[in-house]
Amino acid sequence: MDCYTANWNPLGDSAFYRKYELYSMDWDLKEELRDCLVAAAPYGGPIALLRNPWRKEKTASMRPVLDIYSASGMPLASLLWKSGPVVSLGWSAEEELLCVQEDGAVLVYGLHGDFRRHFSMGNEVLQNRVLDARIFHTEFGSGVAILTGAHRFTLSANVGDLKLRRMPEVPGLQSAPSCWTTLCQDRVAQILLAVGPDLYLLDHAACSAVTPPGLAPGVSSFLQMAVSFTYRHLALFTDTGYIWMGTASLKEKLCEFNCNIRAPPKQMVWCSRPRSKERAVVVAWERRLMVVGDAPESIQFVLDEDSYLVPELDGVRIFSRSTHEFLHEVPVASEEIFKIASMAPGALLLEAQKEYEKESQKADEYLREIQELGQLTQAVQQCIEAAGHEHQPDMQKSLLRAASFGKCFLDRFPPDSFVHMCQDLRVLNAVRDYHIGIPLTYRKYRYKQLTIQVLLDRLVLRRLYPLAIQICEYLRLPEVQGVSRILAHWACYKVQQKDVSDEDVARAINQKLGDTPGVSYSDIAARAYGCGRTELAIKLLEYEPRSGEQVPLLLKMKRSKLALSKAIESGDTDLVFTVLLHLKNELNRGDFFMTLRNQPMALSLYRQFCKHQELETLKDLYNQDDNHQELGSFHIRASYAAEERIEGRVAALQTAADAFYKAKNEFAAKATEDQMRLLRLQRRLEDELGGQFLDLSLHDTATTLILGGHNKRAEQLARDFRIPDKRLWWLKLTALADLEDWEELEKFSKSKKSPIGYLPFVEICMKQHNKYEAKKYASRVGPEQKVKALLLVGDVAQAADVAIEHRNEAELSLVLSHCTGATDGATADKIQRARAQAQKK
Amino acid sequence: MAAHLSYGRVNLNVLREAVRRELREFLDKCAGSKAIVWDEYLTGPFGLIAQYSLLKEHEVEKMFTLKGNRLPAADVKNIIFFVRPRLELMDIIAENVLSEDRRGPARDFHILFVPRRSLLCEQRLKDLGVLGSFIHREEYSLDLIPFDGDLLSMESESAFKECYLEGDQTSLYHAAKGLMTLQALYGTIPQIFGKGECARQVANMMIRMKREFTGSQNSIFPVFDNLLLLDRNVDLLTPLATQLTYEGLIDEIYGIQNSYVKLPPEKFAPKKQGDGGKDLPTEAKKLQLNSAEELYAEIRDKNFNAVGSVLSKKAKVISAAFEERHNAKTVGEIKQFVSQLPHMQAARGSLANHTSIAELIKDVTTSEDFFDKLTVEQEFMSGIDTDKVNNYIEDCIAQKHPLIKVLRLVCLQSVCNSGLKQKVLDYYKREILQTYGYEHILTLHNLEKAGLLKPQPGGRNNYPTIRKTLRLWMDDVNEQNPTDISYVYSGYAPLSVRLAQLLSRPGWRSIEEVLRILPGPHFEERQPLPTGLQKKRQPGENRVTLIFFLGGVTFAEIAALRFLSQLEDGGTEYVIATTKLMNGTSWIEALMERPF
Repeated sequence: MDCYTANWNPLGDSAFYRKYELYSMDWDLKEELRDCLVAAAPYGGPIALLRNPWRKEKTASMRPVLDIYSASGMPLASLLWKSGPVVSLGWSAEEELLCVQEDGAVLVYGLHGDFRRHFSMGNEVLQNRVLDARIFHTEFGSGVAILTGAHRFTLSANVGDLKLRRMPEVPGLQSAPSCWTTLCQDRVAQILLAVGPDLYLLDHAACSAVTPPGLAPGVSSFLQMAVSFTYRHLALFTDTGYIWMGTASLKEKLCEFNCNIRAPPKQMVWCSRPRSKERAVVVAWERRLMVVGDAPESIQFVLDEDSYLVPELDGVRIFSRSTHEFLHEVPVASEEIFKIASMAPGALLLEAQKEYEKESQKADEYLREIQELGQLTQAVQQCIEAAGHEHQPDMQKSLLRAASFGKCFLDRFPPDSFVHMCQDLRVLNAVRDYHIGIPLTYRKYRYKQLTIQVLLDRLVLRRLYPLAIQICEYLRLPEVQGVSRILAHWACYKVQQKDVSDEDVARAINQKLGDTPGVSYSDIAARAYGCGRTELAIKLLEYEPRSGEQVPLLLKMKRSKLALSKAIESGDTDLVFTVLLHLKNELNRGDFFMTLRNQPMALSLYRQFCKHQELETLKDLYNQDDNHQELGSFHIRASYAAEERIEGRVAALQTAADAFYKAKNEFAAKATEDQMRLLRLQRRLEDELGGQFLDLSLHDTATTLILGGHNKRAEQLARDFRIPDKRLWWLKLTALADLEDWEELEKFSKSKKSPIGYLPFVEICMKQHNKYEAKKYASRVGPEQKVKALLLVGDVAQAADVAIEHRNEAELSLVLSHCTGATDGATADKIQRARAQAQKK
Repeated sequence: MAAHLSYGRVNLNVLREAVRRELREFLDKCAGSKAIVWDEYLTGPFGLIAQYSLLKEHEVEKMFTLKGNRLPAADVKNIIFFVRPRLELMDIIAENVLSEDRRGPARDFHILFVPRRSLLCEQRLKDLGVLGSFIHREEYSLDLIPFDGDLLSMESESAFKECYLEGDQTSLYHAAKGLMTLQALYGTIPQIFGKGECARQVANMMIRMKREFTGSQNSIFPVFDNLLLLDRNVDLLTPLATQLTYEGLIDEIYGIQNSYVKLPPEKFAPKKQGDGGKDLPTEAKKLQLNSAEELYAEIRDKNFNAVGSVLSKKAKVISAAFEERHNAKTVGEIKQFVSQLPHMQAARGSLANHTSIAELIKDVTTSEDFFDKLTVEQEFMSGIDTDKVNNYIEDCIAQKHPLIKVLRLVCLQSVCNSGLKQKVLDYYKREILQTYGYEHILTLHNLEKAGLLKPQPGGRNNYPTIRKTLRLWMDDVNEQNPTDISYVYSGYAPLSVRLAQLLSRPGWRSIEEVLRILPGPHFEERQPLPTGLQKKRQPGENRVTLIFFLGGVTFAEIAALRFLSQLEDGGTEYVIATTKLMNGTSWIEALMERPF
């Protein structure tokens, strides 16, 4: 155990810093790092090296070479740089490599050296050239800041949503600043620059001079500045070998240190841990590395090789040609457990477990000691936490074993933290493997910015699909977030493999993906189409269950007919319409109609569309299908809609009638001919008699004639159109009663025997409140309806007589219900008597 | 606020809350004050989801009806169009937007498609050059609207016409979507049964959509055991007959719209003030009808002949309750009485309303013509004289009774005779055309296309077989204490409901033959559930069946299904969904075509 803390270095009284090896580098570099432009992505990301960047010769052999490696030095990509001179390299948060050229163009490459896109930092930059550039990360994305030859700054806070901002001028600035950095405060990106003894802060509105509080006197120039990972702290290195450390707002000084080295450091970065009180800065010179903080002494390391520092959230990575190391503040839990002679509960528990394994009774003693202090829970927690901070699986295991051992003596220790730590460590150990080369620490993994989703994305970016899937399965992630997403990415990669045939790719993809929920085959197909593999895209779309996704892509690929049948299958009529309108523009009319003909559902939808939008087309459609019945109806409608003049209407109706004949709908044809006849007649009537006849029904025409006193004409009309007798009687009866032409009505009633009986006469007279007339007819009503008629005219007594005569119980009760107590008392009695008699019999 | 939705076996308030949440989320996307421009058709259904107060809470300050030309002035930041995805509406919106731009401060336009966004409409807006003016273009999937604790409707008036006449399945697609929403909230429905062409299609779409949604697999314990999809054209008969339940009659006579009915005001004049008839209200009395009202819940599904006795019994109970106050002696008793007062007063108000409504209905039902019409209907349904020209219908035409009434009767006769003899059919048609005008030839064509009116094929009448097998006509009906669903039509048992009843017990296998006569395929589909979600039924626990009427349902059918749900040994409780709550009149009306 004593050797375990050998690499711990105290800084002041309260903190230890340790440096341990992550990997021995595999990359077999020929150049020194100092001969390269270097960029390493945070969160254990990849490293990019641009060799010979400063050679101006155009000979091919001397062209710069861009190499990309994993953090463990595994080569990922290598390409000859054929574009302009590069000033600066940097990685975006999405692990895209941004190469800032001298002319202000930024070229974006993927992890595998695949060119993605490029953008320009604007004309001003183009004119004045780029002097220096920085890629920086904020919570909104990755930004680029550029210092131009005219000593002006231009920046974009988010390259994903490019908005260029030209920063204000620094008054009187003649030469390039000695050093500068980007800050981010209140969600706004700023630039801090040093010119001689002065510091200026640029935001998008103004340039202001700033002075760090408590800065030691005698500074004539700032040589380096460093801002912490979270933009909270700032460190300044002066030409007097003095380091000022304070808040990035420059409002407060935290500490200072005098290292007495006046040589400008190669790099200076913050080394701190979230939620730690310790502040420390790592300064690197050619052969020396120094950790300084709020302590009179510093920690010093000798650098054997040319090294490069990568600031991380919880420490600093340092890599050189041969090794890759991590330097960080020892976390509290680890310190408690491993500090020499520590009596912290976690330390005792670890001891206890070791003794237990040795089958020594000391285990019990240790355990008792912890339990007596009531600190077992805390001990277990400490061990679990410390395990997370260990890099070596052996040490992780012994700490977890200790935690597990301690847990046995606790009643209710919630298992979550232990389980999650085991899971997290398995995942972390897997990605830390040098084949993978993502040296994430537990702290980074669990930090809000890097979720498991992001880690999976990174694995996918590295095309490490199997590992990503294993992790998903191990963590039992829901398929949509996990396995299917990764498979989809895999498939998108797969379709880009141009040497494999369409069939094979489609089959391979379907075999792997199957019906995995949440996989979007259309996304994959779109990618295939993007690579110019239309056939493959169509094959892939076959597997897409969502027509809403399938159809638009098919249309884009000009497979409209296929799109149509897919849209129909879905039942989504809107989708069908969309395809139809597309087809309509794409095909000539004949072909379009033919296509419709084979798709009845589409055809009826299109008919609906035409009904409201293109009536003429509707007619053509019916014509094409020889649908004469519908054509007939179409012309009937047209006769009302379009035509004002009688002749036009009649002509339209004639067309309709012809169509009905063709449809073998004799009835409709005849009816339409009747209508034509009626129209002509109505027109004549209007001419001859005046008044309004057009568009009255036949029935109403006859009624109007009678009401106008043209009985003869009405009868002629009835004969011409063969109005049935019964209806004619009703018609006349109603009209004459309306006229209150009682004389004519009586004459009519006697013209022959009424086909509708005489009750209607009674009813209609009563409706006009003419009891006198009604009574005339009541006597003529047939026996079945006699009682009803008599009651209608109010002759209750006679109704009773008839009912008694009929010996009809229903009629008797009907009459009875009409008897009002005062007047019809006698009648009521009579009925009751008759009833009684009937019952006796 | 909508407590009556949660009374049933399935808490439909969950659905209502879900759609309300969606609405609020949309409104909050458009920050600042708003005016809503309504597609008028939507206001009724929306009223069941969100009152004005909800909109107001989300800064809706003005509401307009969508019409051409300029929008009315309104000092608001956002103008939101709530519309159905129809091309003609897009034209109006474009007109609004274009005339808006020329004056005043710029405002933000948004569009909310109900129930679905439409590429076709967006293309139209694009063609009209206004698509870019809309900041938010979203859809509000209001497919099924909860009407009551056991009732959902899409309120799509044209659904039947579109499906059966025009071959336009849009409403079926919406129905399938609505069912998917239901399943997302209430769990996957393990078994789907169906009868009819449209039912088949909806089931196919559902299965397809399920495949699309795999992955967002919900793990909700299924509330519904079965889904029964029924095409309206499997049972064309039922809606044609006059409904005889209380609610059915209110709908037949006055028309219930989005659970509201407008009644002639005379009967509702306040009677308290003695100075009789000072100012009689002239505006129609508007009442909301749903089971939130205790009394209505009790009587709505009764045969109208059984309503009177309930009302008088209620009247006695209420006046007795009011009399109680004389017995209240102690302060405690008085306090208790007073605490019950609001409830009692509500009950009294409700009783007064329904007594008035019942009187209004009674005036109609006791008329001779109503009696005659009913007699003819019942003769047809029981199979008497369906093959010849009917005198009553003839007289109705001769006296020019409302055309819809005539059409209902003729169609009823046709359906009850599996089509009319050509001679009879032509006679009716000629009479109708001569009396009501030749333009109705289009309506007649529509009715023929829908199968409501047709010549009898090959002189074979299948209706008696169907009637006998399914026991559609019951001679002994107990209207007061019904023992069979036939009470809702005083003799005729609605075919659709009978099919549902037979499905639950003993199963459709027993009526294969009849099912083959009825149009369209019948089928069964299973939607597999993960083992964890399979239901272990408690002994005596009823199944819950969601029955979906594609093409509309009447209140009498709903009453019949509620009757089955309440049966002690029924074994099945029903939740009813439909494309439209309708009756014979509104149904025929939707099929009519007036060229001018």
